Order: sequence, then C-alpha cells, then structure tokens
Amino acid sequence: MIDVLYFAWVRERIGVPRERLETTAATVADLIEELRNREERYALAFSDLSALRVAVDQDLAEFDAPLDGVREVAFFPPMTGG
Amino acid sequence: MDVRVQAEPFKAGAEVEAFTAGASGAGAVVSFTGIVRDDSGRMAEMLIEHYPGMTERALQKIATEAKARWSLADVLVIHRFGALFPGEQIMMVATAARHRKDAFEAAEYLMDYLKSRAPFWKQERGPDGESWVDAKDADEEALDRW
Repeated sequence: MIDVLYFAWVRERIGVPRERLETTAATVADLIEELRNREERYALAFSDLSALRVAVDQDLAEFDAPLDGVREVAFFPPMTGG
Repeated sequence: MDVRVQAEPFKAGAEVEAFTAGASGAGAVVSFTGIVRDDSGRMAEMLIEHYPGMTERALQKIATEAKARWSLADVLVIHRFGALFPGEQIMMVATAARHRKDAFEAAEYLMDYLKSRAPFWKQERGPDGESWVDAKDADEEALDRW
C-alpha cells in the first residue's frame, strides 16, 4: 500500500487530496501509467509530465525513482513559493 | 536556525529585532520580506497551499545548506500558508553573519531555493475566478548561479 498525495491543480483534476493505493508499480513512472489507465481524470492530470513534479517520501525525485519501500508519493505542479 | 511554517501573520520588524538580538557576534544582518502583490488590481485574496511535513523538511534542508556554504551566525525562515490579502506579509528570511557578503549571498540563495524547491503553490482569487500562479522559467534558472 502506498499513500498518493496531490496538490494544487493536480488535486483539483483528480478530485481528492490523497488516497491509499494498492500497486505493483516498480517506479513512479509505472505508477503514473497505472493511474492513467484507471480513469479519465488521471489521464487528464498526467497528460503532460513536463508540467508535473514528484516527491517520494517528501523529497523531490525523478520520474524513474523506484517505489520499493516507499510510503508516500506526491504529485504537484512546479512550486511557486516566496 | 529557525524555520517556521504558519497560517498566522508575523511582524517582520519585530522578527528582525529579535533575530538580531539573538545573533551574538554578528556584524551583519540581512532580511527580506515578501509581500502579497496584486498586479491585476482585481485580486481579492491569495491562497497559499503547501505540503505539510515536506514543507518544513525542504526549508530545513535549504537553510542547512546555506549554513554549510556561508559563514553564518544564524538563519531565520518564516513562510505563511492559507488565505492572505494583498499587502500582507507572506514570508521572510533573515541571515546573520560576521560580514555582509555572507549575509547578502545566503539570503539570496535562500530566496532562490525557497521559490522553486519548497512545496508552496499560490492561487489568486477574485471576481474573475481562481487561477493558479504559474512558475516562471527565470525562477528555475536563478538556481544555476549557485
């Protein structure tokens, strides 16, 4: 089981701030592929990966990051702090 | 080192005063305060969303890196989240060092990293609706100089 979190417009497109998923995905990219095939709203949210950032266990990561032992994955647009 | 992520307002002036008093031996204190800006003149409020847990972690990491790169007596970072009105103070950084160069450079470094590596997202709200603020390429490019 893995907790998947969404922020900003990614959260709005998917419709929930977080969910707990059963997955066999080996990497973040595999997880995205799984979600895209699940429902249209995921396909929409993940249509352009260049507009997305990912954090794995609360650290910024790349899309090829492995999910072995990971508890939390978060998807969000580029950050706009400051 | 003090990193605070909060919904409540803060008073930058009082923070700088307390920070300066606590930074013994420092010969220079630099501070930056960010204010909610309304470029369109039609913004009712700005909503700041963040990622509780990762936000604190990311800011700690950035502040720790600054302390490792420059000779600093102390670092302060405050960033608010939630609904803010135009003109309100949204965030601040302060750095204390023996010499001004370290304090200035570290403050700029903190700001550059905080803008595109700390998980905050701004949304402008007004009579025209709600819109997420896009990240600027210039913010990402600003990291190259470090």
